[in-house]
Amino acid sequence: MSLNIIVLAKQVPDTRNVGKDAMKEDGTINRAALPAIFNPEDLNALEQALQLKDANPGSTVTVLTMGLPRAAEIVREAMYRGADGGIVLTDRPFGGADTLATSYSLAQAVKKFGNYDIILGGRQAIDGDTAQVGPQIAEKLGIPQVTYAEEILDLSDGHVTVKRRLEHGVEVVKAPLPCVVTVNGTAAECRPRNAQRVMKYKYAASPSEKANLPEDKQALLEARPFLNIKEWNAAFVEADPAQIGLPGSPTKVKAVENVVFTAKENLVLNDDDTAIENLIKDLIANHTIG
Amino acid sequence: MANFYTDNPDLKHHLNHPMMRKIVELKERNFTDAEKFDYAPFNFEDAMDNYDRVLEIVGDLCGGIIADNAEGVDHEGPTLKDGRVTYASGTQQNLEACRKAGLMGMAMPRRLGGLNFPITPYIMAADIVSRADTGFENLWGLQDCAETLYEFGDEDQKQRYIPRVCAGETMSMDLTEPDAGSDLQSVMLKATKKDDGTWVLNGVKRFITNGDSDIHLVLARSEEGTRDGRGLSMFIYDKRNGGVNVRRIENKMGIKGSPTCELTYKNAPCELVGDTRMGLIKYVMALMNGARLGIAAQAVGVSEIAYREALAYAKDRKQFGKAIIEFPAVAEMLSIMKAKLDASRSLLYETARFVDVYKVYEDIAKERPLTGEERQEMKLYKKLADALTPIAKGMGSEYCNQNAYDCIQIHGGSGFMKDYACERIYRDARITSIYEGTTQLQVVAAIRHVLSGTYKNLIETYAAEEIKAELLPAKERIAQMAELFFAAAGKVSEIKIQAYTDFMARRLVEMAGNTIMSYLLLSDANRNDSFNRTLHVYLNLAESEVEKHSEFIAKFKPEELEYYKA
Repeated sequence: MSLNIIVLAKQVPDTRNVGKDAMKEDGTINRAALPAIFNPEDLNALEQALQLKDANPGSTVTVLTMGLPRAAEIVREAMYRGADGGIVLTDRPFGGADTLATSYSLAQAVKKFGNYDIILGGRQAIDGDTAQVGPQIAEKLGIPQVTYAEEILDLSDGHVTVKRRLEHGVEVVKAPLPCVVTVNGTAAECRPRNAQRVMKYKYAASPSEKANLPEDKQALLEARPFLNIKEWNAAFVEADPAQIGLPGSPTKVKAVENVVFTAKENLVLNDDDTAIENLIKDLIANHTIG
Repeated sequence: MANFYTDNPDLKHHLNHPMMRKIVELKERNFTDAEKFDYAPFNFEDAMDNYDRVLEIVGDLCGGIIADNAEGVDHEGPTLKDGRVTYASGTQQNLEACRKAGLMGMAMPRRLGGLNFPITPYIMAADIVSRADTGFENLWGLQDCAETLYEFGDEDQKQRYIPRVCAGETMSMDLTEPDAGSDLQSVMLKATKKDDGTWVLNGVKRFITNGDSDIHLVLARSEEGTRDGRGLSMFIYDKRNGGVNVRRIENKMGIKGSPTCELTYKNAPCELVGDTRMGLIKYVMALMNGARLGIAAQAVGVSEIAYREALAYAKDRKQFGKAIIEFPAVAEMLSIMKAKLDASRSLLYETARFVDVYKVYEDIAKERPLTGEERQEMKLYKKLADALTPIAKGMGSEYCNQNAYDCIQIHGGSGFMKDYACERIYRDARITSIYEGTTQLQVVAAIRHVLSGTYKNLIETYAAEEIKAELLPAKERIAQMAELFFAAAGKVSEIKIQAYTDFMARRLVEMAGNTIMSYLLLSDANRNDSFNRTLHVYLNLAESEVEKHSEFIAKFKPEELEYYKA
């Protein structure tokens, strides 16, 4: 059975390298000042999608991402690892969107995409940590959702069986297709870039990137359709201007604070089991571990 | 997470050597593959960009999963059950990652599923993999064997086996036996031709790296009653057919992740490669040269990690109120480690480029007759490659051992404990100067090029190269070293006593190596100022070595050989 798989991915600022200029005046993230990476859990989702593709020959994996035009970078990254192509949902009016506006916009893009069997995405993005977009898309599309997925155990007879990793254990659930599955960071790590694919797809470009390419590369993109990354705007996905971007976002960020952890006090422990046990309990209680 | 390619700008420096244009243009035959394969390059720049990007994948895997697994693999090692080998779990993960990344069969042509990489970027990948895990480099590097299949197998064999290697199946070269180590002429494994024309193997092999591989190249005696190398032929054994079992896995000092196996062959079906009787004298010789270059790369990778571990520790470790790197004794050791590393790496890539040129011509010769000029060039580069390979392997592996030793020394007492990577590096380094021909055998292979003038001619070519003004004093010093080498070689060849020549061989080969590596570093510094320091440190070292050998040879009287008899 061949599947049409959509992977939701986001290009995120690398929050491991947050500096002073990480936030703009309006409280939104200053993406230009931070290195942009493939959101880690979206890579886990991509791996699940690629495993489904491996098990179901003839399937296609399409990456859908919303962001600045340069988000085409993560579509190429996904192609290097096994995705067939991708769509960058980009338009100035999409800017400043919270999770509500984002999920509306992405759901519109999915509708435009049409025929799909399953939508996979990371549990959450490291810039916002909300874990709301995947579930909201499922709601807007009116399809089931499975969150906290660690492994897709089976996909057959129009159903998907998923192992979920929850706070106090695992749970196996079955959902009818199409559905949205959001994947945890504990799932299998994404496969590496493949040498042949990197050489094959390195010239892949979106229309706005293509416009800046030399003529011979533009001609190459015309000769090889698989190199063309799609770029969709708000009008194309028939998005209601009031529901996208800042106007569509009830959430307002008040401030982003750069918290630097510093050691303030030392704790001297006796070298016995009770002391260690108490320490572990404290660490669990204050959420340092566990 | 570190990337072992991008964190080391020296690699890009060597990859971008001016000679690469010639190599790539020959290798890609005017870039005609671009019409047939969607991953083939359009031009030189495109091809170079491909190598760069693929090496970045190699560097990423090596800096991540492979380096992370190295310690666990060293502890766990492979296991044997019912005649089959199971790799350590980390080794399995590494192999799986390399397969998924498409890094197997890198140098094979595209029509057989490979990446069609020249030897130079492939060897660079080996250098990087070895830095991450030297033992794993063995398993991954056995894709080299596909090169021998490609050169000497028939089209049907290439079509059946090479795509499997490119897809990730592993290989082994089954040469050594209990009584045939360095002396492969004594191989006794028996190949028998049955009435139906097929062959079977019977006997024992020992010390076979990755002996439970999917596809074996086997050296066996096909000519009954013969006792020398001319009775040996090469065969392919496919594990899918059965008949070969692993009797034991050796318990080794280092490269523990790489299973070294004793194999028993019981009527194991196999097929002949090329012609009978050519197994050792032609095919294994070619295989060994490739394998030796692979070990040279492995040695450079070990030197790299030994240097980095030592440097990091010396910066971090404080004694007497300051980091130990600030003590001249430690700083000097580190400078010399870096100089040995850089010198052996420059020689490695020079050798790889020479191999590239002649191999591409050999391959082109299968498609069309070479012109007279091309044939000349092929012969020249083959000779140069044959001359440089034993020095790159011999001296490179000795340098890596010295670096591993100094790495422990810089760690002090901590280095003697199992807590730091340096003790594993020290154990892993040790094999590089032994397998694929000991350093002593590399000297045997190299000495004829001392006596025939191959090194002299090469050195004179280097001496004729233009160099920027500020490097002229360094160049003058190297010219002086060369003169000492020529004079010593002259003296030894005049005294026509074989035992005396054998006795002096190591010194002469080292003098050639010191001089050649100095010229290569001069050329590196000419292209890139960052090699200035290393050039001068190496020059001081090489000069003193050459002068030492020169003095020894000048003073030594052939009658003194008596004192050295065991």
